[in-house]
Amino acid sequence: MELLKLFIQSVFIDNMVFSFFFGMCSYIAVSKSVKTANGLGLAVTFVMLITVPLNYLLENYLLKAGALSWISPELASVDLSFLSFILFIAVIAAFVQILEMIVEKFSPSLYNSLGIFLPLIAVNCAIMGGALFMQQRAFESVGEAAVFGFGSGFGWWIAILVMAAIRERLSYSNVPKGLRGPGLAFIITGLLGMAFMIFSGFQM
Amino acid sequence: MKNKTFQSLTNPLAKNNPVLVQILGICSALAVTTQLKPALVMGLSVMAVCAFSNLVLSLLRNGIPERIRIIVQLVVIAALVTIVNDILKAYVYDVSKQLSVYVGLIITNCIIMGRVEAFALSNKPLPSLLDGIGNGIGYGGVLVIIAFFRELLGSGTLFGYQIIPECFYEAGYVNNGLMLFPPSALIIVGIIIWVHRNANKDLQEK
Repeated sequence: MELLKLFIQSVFIDNMVFSFFFGMCSYIAVSKSVKTANGLGLAVTFVMLITVPLNYLLENYLLKAGALSWISPELASVDLSFLSFILFIAVIAAFVQILEMIVEKFSPSLYNSLGIFLPLIAVNCAIMGGALFMQQRAFESVGEAAVFGFGSGFGWWIAILVMAAIRERLSYSNVPKGLRGPGLAFIITGLLGMAFMIFSGFQM
Repeated sequence: MKNKTFQSLTNPLAKNNPVLVQILGICSALAVTTQLKPALVMGLSVMAVCAFSNLVLSLLRNGIPERIRIIVQLVVIAALVTIVNDILKAYVYDVSKQLSVYVGLIITNCIIMGRVEAFALSNKPLPSLLDGIGNGIGYGGVLVIIAFFRELLGSGTLFGYQIIPECFYEAGYVNNGLMLFPPSALIIVGIIIWVHRNANKDLQEK
């Protein structure tokens, strides 16, 4: 039950795009057609599902103050948390690289539809943001971290799908010249964000 | 030559602004702009990281193998961000608390990766340094503009000082609370882009 709550909260209330602006760059750049948006959303969700728990394990068994005490009690005073940025981003970049190779090897059709987005993901702030929030909120178990990662990725997926659908329809409208493209995309995202604000009143 | 070096500093300020034209580094641009002070600190931090990562990677550019360059870039940037984060914690602790995870997110700020990829890896150290500073200022400038409107309209203050006189409130003026919420930042950026593109017609899409 707790996990379900956490999932719903990370999808709707703490939506990555609308309440934290994570992953805005690729969100604006790739939301021009539903098909590509769907591919990127799927990839982001999957990478978050894996990297957030991985980084959780790193944080709790390597980086946090006293985290090394499982090796020997003498190491309990070691605090490596200043290394967390470098290690988190290394895990994400390495995982994305490995994922790219695996997908290319085993499923060329998926690779062709996702391929170009995979390298983009390494610098998608949603993923790094997920890792940093995981560190800040200090989840109790690796399961919670995984649910949080999956929920956040899923929320991002929903957000980019909605946006892409709206932008596809918009291509038929007569928009003022200066507002075409990113300008209008921002304003729509703002309006969608206002719509998502209704969720913030929910008591979980 | 002199002129060209100088241009790499001035170009990103308006004409080729990283936020408004290339739509890079938006994530943090929006989240830290409810008040001017964190926005300014964030702008300066990004400028420092951008300038030094450009400088360092430009110096290393002939020694980095093509295939692993992304990871090398990320490690250099992450190391610089770690230093900036610790400096912020040491000297402006309250602002650093306010910025929370967004300092860490400078690593994935696309402006920095983008400038390193597009400029530093194919240019000499000095122009790269200037390019980094220019992009940092271009980014910080937009941040300050957004934060100016959000703080003024949302809380009636600038840098924490009361700007809108008390008599306005007595006459029934109310702060626009929505300005402090995330959506308003997006709408302000949208409007700034609109104004910017009206001034630079060649950027408009058909």
